[in-house]
Amino acid sequence: MSGPSQWRRRQQRLSLTGEICPQCSARLFPPRDVCPHCGGPARIPYALGGRGTVYSFSRIMSAPEGYEAGAPYYVALVALDEGPLVTAQLTDVDPEAVSIGMPVEMVTRLMKRDGDRGLIDYSFKFRPVLERMAG
Amino acid sequence: MAVMRPTLEVGIIGYGAYVPRYRLPASEVNRIWHDGEDAEPITEKAVPGPDEDTVTMSIEAARNALARAAVDPADLGAVWVGSESHPYAVKPTSAIVAEAIGAVPLALGADWQFACKAGTEALQAAVALVGSGMGRYALAIGMDTAQGRPGDALEYTAAAGGAGYIVGAGDESVALLEGSSSRISDMPDFWRRPGAPYPEHAGRFTGDPAYFEHVEAASWGLMQALGYGASDLDYAVFHQPNRRFPQRAALDLGFTREQIAPGMLVDRIGNAYAGSSLLGLSAVLDVARPGQRILHVSFGSGAGSDAFVWHVTERITARRDAAPRTEDYVRRRKEIDYATYARYRGKLQR
Ligand SMILES: [Zn+2]
Repeated sequence: MSGPSQWRRRQQRLSLTGEICPQCSARLFPPRDVCPHCGGPARIPYALGGRGTVYSFSRIMSAPEGYEAGAPYYVALVALDEGPLVTAQLTDVDPEAVSIGMPVEMVTRLMKRDGDRGLIDYSFKFRPVLERMAG
Repeated sequence: MAVMRPTLEVGIIGYGAYVPRYRLPASEVNRIWHDGEDAEPITEKAVPGPDEDTVTMSIEAARNALARAAVDPADLGAVWVGSESHPYAVKPTSAIVAEAIGAVPLALGADWQFACKAGTEALQAAVALVGSGMGRYALAIGMDTAQGRPGDALEYTAAAGGAGYIVGAGDESVALLEGSSSRISDMPDFWRRPGAPYPEHAGRFTGDPAYFEHVEAASWGLMQALGYGASDLDYAVFHQPNRRFPQRAALDLGFTREQIAPGMLVDRIGNAYAGSSLLGLSAVLDVARPGQRILHVSFGSGAGSDAFVWHVTERITARRDAAPRTEDYVRRRKEIDYATYARYRGKLQR
């Protein structure tokens, strides 16, 4: 992803910011300015909570250019609690542990480095929900 | 000055820890470089995953601090990150973190550097900004992904982690600042020149005079100015480069093992550099009761110490569980071997 493209989509990619439809209250991600549910304009930014479940997943053995260092890794369709389906990498997860329906949460992680001199690209990924021990 | 206090009463209104998932046992470093015959300074250290750095770790700590503070990130007057492992030599970590948490555009941002003291230096600046009335809230983070040269003594302990603190008005605080004291002097104990991947250190300066001189003098000066002996304080947290240094400093200052135990994380996560004493403090805030007092002292090579006394308020009980506790991250643990560590830390590339 190029510097200008990263920059234009920085809030979407760093903090999972989508949109909310003022007519039907649907939450949209990625932001598209037109509500796919009611067809009305939807331009109000909305920060999604980042919780969801794995809807489907795939293991990437042969990664696209620039992502080879992380392979093999998982890419999942994540069903967010607010409704949208998001495609994202999974992280902090062991191969045997990924399953459909697994609860996950959004984290901001490093996607790729443009060589030794270029920009570092950060975006959202999902990890298994951090286990909380009751105090 | 022996003791510093801002004009307005301030305190910590939210705090958040982060420790990455992977652990490298000291026995692995020992096996590879010393035939397993070396004395191991700790049990294991925390290692960042291949997609983690000081930016990503700071973002998670900041989100945890915001969850506890329950304030609008747009009200943060500053986002400051102290580290010796900023991903860019030139391009501020703080601006990326501020963008990710929604603190842009009206805020100060800067990356601080003072070896392991960079995080508490940022915290002092946050206290000053809020305590002078220039900002309503300020976020200070100490975070590192420290590296030691393969085979060097520091490779056992150089670890990753840290914590973020949101400073605000005293009447919103989970822990009030009673006072602080800072000391610096020029010291040739540890350094890294531009472009060098690993730091150098001079063993004969590391303990005395560097660590003990600064940590103990800052602690004594602050305790005397506030009229406290060790028994008047419930907990003490010191910078933790290994097990031995904070234990000896505590003993010299009259603290018991029980007073330092809740904040002692080095044996299980290693030395998180700029994040070390701030993680110790977050672990103590996770268990402290209203009314208790905490002595919190950093150390950074080169060299200097910041000492603080925090007075826990009744707000801690309601805020504490709004984010994961330090212990949740410490217990989230995936052991790796030296080869995986070498790959994750970029020492091996295909
Ligand atoms: Zn709609």
